[in-house]
Amino acid sequence: MHDEDKKKDIDELSGIETTGHEWDGLKELNNPLPRWWVWVFLVTCLWSFWYFIVYPAWPVPGGATKGTSGYTQFKELAESQQEIIARQQAYLEKFEAADFDEILNDPALYSFATAGGAAAFKDNCATCHGSGAEGSKGYPNLNDDDWLWGGRVEDIYTTIQHGIRVHNDFDTHMSQMPAFGKEGLLKADDINAVVDYVVGLRDGKASEDMAGHTIFAQNCASCHGTDAKGLREFGAPNLTDAIWLYGSKRADIYHSVFYARAGMMPAWKNRLDENTIRQLAIYVHQLGGGEE
Amino acid sequence: MNPLKNHEFLEKRSIVLLLAIIVTVLIGGIVEIVPLFRQETVIEPVKGVRPYTPLELAGYNIYLREGCYNCHSQQIRPLRDEVTRYGHYSLAAESMYDHPFQWGSKRTGPDLARVGKKYSDAWHVAHMMNPRSVVPESIMPSYSFLMNRGVKMHDLGHHLSALKAVGVPYDEAMIENADKDAYAQANGEPRVDIAGLQERYGENVNARDFDGQPNIVSEMDALIAYLQVLGTMVDFEATKDVDPGAVSKATLGQDDMEGGE
Repeated sequence: MHDEDKKKDIDELSGIETTGHEWDGLKELNNPLPRWWVWVFLVTCLWSFWYFIVYPAWPVPGGATKGTSGYTQFKELAESQQEIIARQQAYLEKFEAADFDEILNDPALYSFATAGGAAAFKDNCATCHGSGAEGSKGYPNLNDDDWLWGGRVEDIYTTIQHGIRVHNDFDTHMSQMPAFGKEGLLKADDINAVVDYVVGLRDGKASEDMAGHTIFAQNCASCHGTDAKGLREFGAPNLTDAIWLYGSKRADIYHSVFYARAGMMPAWKNRLDENTIRQLAIYVHQLGGGEE
Repeated sequence: MNPLKNHEFLEKRSIVLLLAIIVTVLIGGIVEIVPLFRQETVIEPVKGVRPYTPLELAGYNIYLREGCYNCHSQQIRPLRDEVTRYGHYSLAAESMYDHPFQWGSKRTGPDLARVGKKYSDAWHVAHMMNPRSVVPESIMPSYSFLMNRGVKMHDLGHHLSALKAVGVPYDEAMIENADKDAYAQANGEPRVDIAGLQERYGENVNARDFDGQPNIVSEMDALIAYLQVLGTMVDFEATKDVDPGAVSKATLGQDDMEGGE
């Protein structure tokens, strides 16, 4: 059956052997594979044996061969991260050792912190607080000096670490305004009166003669303060300024008193590393409203 | 005899050629597939991963129904930029109870493998109602109708037993109490006693009114419950000893991310 056994059929025109098959007078030349192609094929076969040895390849009991190079994707990732860490090391060493005061007074560290903080802010914070930290309804503006939980860089750091009203985080900022209407703590008339009083505070027209004043003193002042300027201990906002997290209309204020508000901010401690959180705290602090 | 010329032997005998093809393909198949039959070679022995609660599972089913996977992946690759943006790279163990897994291959929107606890529930509600209200450049459609649709509580147990049949470790008590657990999780304390839910699914289970509508266990509740648990189960602190090469501090751009807390 082999070629040598048979009489060869040579094509007259080209002088090349045919396959011996004929279809309606057409014959197929039996050209050999191009030599260069055969060599490339053989080299790739040899390369695969080299690959089996150097890289993880074959399944064996308990996993797979490790390969002499010990390559894993995780090592590759670690190496590429090391490269960045090494590049940042000049700053990171000082940054990790310095406290906030030192960073704020060292221009090089300060610009390192704000640059890192700006990048992390876009990725993690801007979704709620806006790309310019301008905030929106329910999400505070971070550019102003109106702080619910404190505007010193240490306060901001704590807030980023533990968030606000985070489930299962015992260091989180935890306070809850009662839903005065829904829970039946105040009657409808009283709610209307106290809302009128808060509207008066908003417009600077509140007076002690108003019916809502006594109700405010009895129910609201313990957190918002007798002067209604807010208490950061409870995250209770200042009601006498023009900044309203949930809207300044009477209906918004009524809703706040009736149903209460409980904005929530996630804790970033276990999601971002220590350096990033410190950078973020400094970045937010310098946005405009940072306190000494 | 030139071996290069003997291919005729294979090519002129169809049965022999067929057998040769089968043997060649089998080698490839054995090398690639057989190791995967043994889970310990692919699934890392990490702590903390549990099956979804009934409410989370309902959310997972909504995720599939609405085709979220068409635009969102759930797979953080071990690449520097992905780890920096999304957190620790995904582990096989984290999707071992997904049938089917939601790794995806298309990111029109961001990866969701670690979206759990990254945003507040209220943010998720606002975002589902109108994505542009919180992310102005978003092209995601609105899913506001989820607020008005109740979760089908009566068939949750069936979903659990179907998954049990393919190897998810749900026990009889979980299947029996599926609807009660879903109700407890969508209300949380103090409205409902969540002791049974915690006993079956762990202390760290998120139980609260996710959608801000206390009078209904809506599909929004289910979807947000699902999103809030994504990527948060693995206890990476405890995992460090298990796989030091994979989870060393240097590897983790986001260093000690804990899933459990």
